[in-house]
Amino acid sequence: MAKRDPQVPIGVVILGATSSIAIATMRRLAAQNAHFMLVARNSDRLTAVAQDLHTRGAFAVDTWVMDLDDTAAHAEMLAAAAQRLGRIDLALISHGVLGDQHAAETDFQFAAAILHTNFISTVSLLTWLGNYFQAQRAGTLAVVSSVAGDRGRKSNYVYGASKGALNVFLDGLRNRIDRDGVQVLTIKPGFVATPMTAHVPHNALFASPDQVARGILKAIERGRDVAYVPGFWLFIMLLIRAIPGRVFKKMNL
Amino acid sequence: MSPRQDQPQFESWGRYPKYPAELHPLFWKEDFPAANAPESKMLAVGMGRSYGDVCLLQHGTLLQTPNLDRLISFDSQTGRLRCEAGVTLAQILDFAVPRGWFLPVTPGTKYVTIGGAIANDIHGKNHHVAGTFGLHTLCFELVRSDGTHVVCSPTDNQEWYAATIGGLGLTGLITWAEVQMRPIVSRSIRYRSTKFVGLDEFLALSHASAHQEYSVAWIDCVAQGRNFARGLFLAGEHDENPGPLTPLDKPRVVMPFDMPAFALNRTSVGAFNTLYYHKQIGKRRSGLTDYEPFFYPLDRILKWNRLYGTQGLLQFQCVLPFDSGSLGMTEVLKAITASGLGSFLAVIKVFGDAVSPGIMSFPVPGVTLALDFPIRREVSFALLDRLADITAEFGGRMYPAKDACMRATHFQQFYPQWQQFSAYVDPSFSSSFWQRVTGLG
Repeated sequence: MAKRDPQVPIGVVILGATSSIAIATMRRLAAQNAHFMLVARNSDRLTAVAQDLHTRGAFAVDTWVMDLDDTAAHAEMLAAAAQRLGRIDLALISHGVLGDQHAAETDFQFAAAILHTNFISTVSLLTWLGNYFQAQRAGTLAVVSSVAGDRGRKSNYVYGASKGALNVFLDGLRNRIDRDGVQVLTIKPGFVATPMTAHVPHNALFASPDQVARGILKAIERGRDVAYVPGFWLFIMLLIRAIPGRVFKKMNL
Repeated sequence: MSPRQDQPQFESWGRYPKYPAELHPLFWKEDFPAANAPESKMLAVGMGRSYGDVCLLQHGTLLQTPNLDRLISFDSQTGRLRCEAGVTLAQILDFAVPRGWFLPVTPGTKYVTIGGAIANDIHGKNHHVAGTFGLHTLCFELVRSDGTHVVCSPTDNQEWYAATIGGLGLTGLITWAEVQMRPIVSRSIRYRSTKFVGLDEFLALSHASAHQEYSVAWIDCVAQGRNFARGLFLAGEHDENPGPLTPLDKPRVVMPFDMPAFALNRTSVGAFNTLYYHKQIGKRRSGLTDYEPFFYPLDRILKWNRLYGTQGLLQFQCVLPFDSGSLGMTEVLKAITASGLGSFLAVIKVFGDAVSPGIMSFPVPGVTLALDFPIRREVSFALLDRLADITAEFGGRMYPAKDACMRATHFQQFYPQWQQFSAYVDPSFSSSFWQRVTGLG
């Protein structure tokens, strides 16, 4: 995205446009002449986000209301996005659920729902977008994953597994289409103060959505593959991954 | 969304009093639990920059609004800005100043939400020409606990408009508001500061600069004798010569720890005040400054309230009507200097006669004084009580947003309209302040 004419608006698709991380990222992009296509499930919330970006000076804001769990409807929505924007320069995938780990431990349906939203539906989007960007021979695919995908922990391993699988998928996709000029960026936020974490007490490790947004945009600018945001999570996760399995399994994390 | 279980404490800016409460962050307007209101009472809170207990509710549910931070519309021709209630004045400035617009009224901190600005009907250095924030609030939406949505303006639902402006958040949840911004062509403020000694000189300076958009004075509440009521009078206006509008990117200083209480005593405060007074060598000084240090000198130090340590501070602000002349304010200042509890910064200003639409609004024409005190069990509360007595004696009133300890009798004397106002209080809303000064639930 570095070499572009500032007069031409950047085409940006946001999948999960009411997520706090997505909103903070879009606000920063709005000042940079962006044309948005926002996709989310709740139309009132989507309208509130669209008005905010429009007021902040976005070139244009289009919206599309849909439940991204409905993978059968992805192709139609993405084709409409490409058509309305003229060209997609950046796709940010930011939808996801934390899910109920406790329920998922005993009821497979809960686990399946988490895996479907965070992994399966994302794979569907990535398949379409990966091929679109590959054919275009340019573009950035930025995907909000999580540090939780780096190692399974008893407190949220179903969510972690969905993000871990996503990380592996993104590694492979990058390996395939990076050579065609497509940036595939895996974003790994740590704790972020969002509705997803509103129920837990916030400690010093919590970042604001805007801090994460800054990290995402920096990683896009610098053409990174994987970005821990904030950056100190790289070191935390290096430590956590270094703990030997026979010790790790006894820990309460 | 369920409220957090573990009750992390929400503190007001004075850090006194401290009460446990459920915290319920609102992320979207529809998160307001109107239909299934909690058993306990509710109160909407923003940045917690009011000093005492108007933003606290013991054993209640605090609806936190700072995530309701979306802009809704902006008309770059007329300067009308509509946004959600949790948007802060800092966020508005970041958005509006580069576009050539400024806040119509701003207090001494930009870290307050628009909802809080309306609920406390805040005032600033331009009160003598512009009145309170409420006068520039074109309309807003009020959501009641019974689920009704009321769009209030000077022409629609005007009784709710009048009750909610300065209504201390008790009439329901403000979800969005529209404000009339003021055009500027530069970030700069053209200012002049003048040393004065005595209230009469302060009043003369205020009178002489009544045409200036902004004016305020810092006054020494420690010095006695021939230095009694010495201070610096500051007046300013937006620069009329086109200049830069883009923001400065200066690092801010955060108070990293709580100061021990012994660090604040008469000697250190006196020394600070002497330094501050003599920082300016000549009688007058003038020039151009960015609006940030002009309006928000203390915002440079985030969390400056930590200077007072964990036990917190008490703030006092009163206004005394003009007809008492400088007599009443002299009494107030004498009581403060005699106590030896004076703060780093006491601020004195003349309020103008622009009438706020808010029935509970604090400012009335006269002279207002604001300062903070450390909490010393034996003496601080007695002093504030004495100051409230003097305020009452001279027909003045105190500012709820700054108060943590005024007596119910004083409040009811200052605001005899409180009973008329109480008809508009939402049955599911309350605050620790309201319970304290009315005895109502």
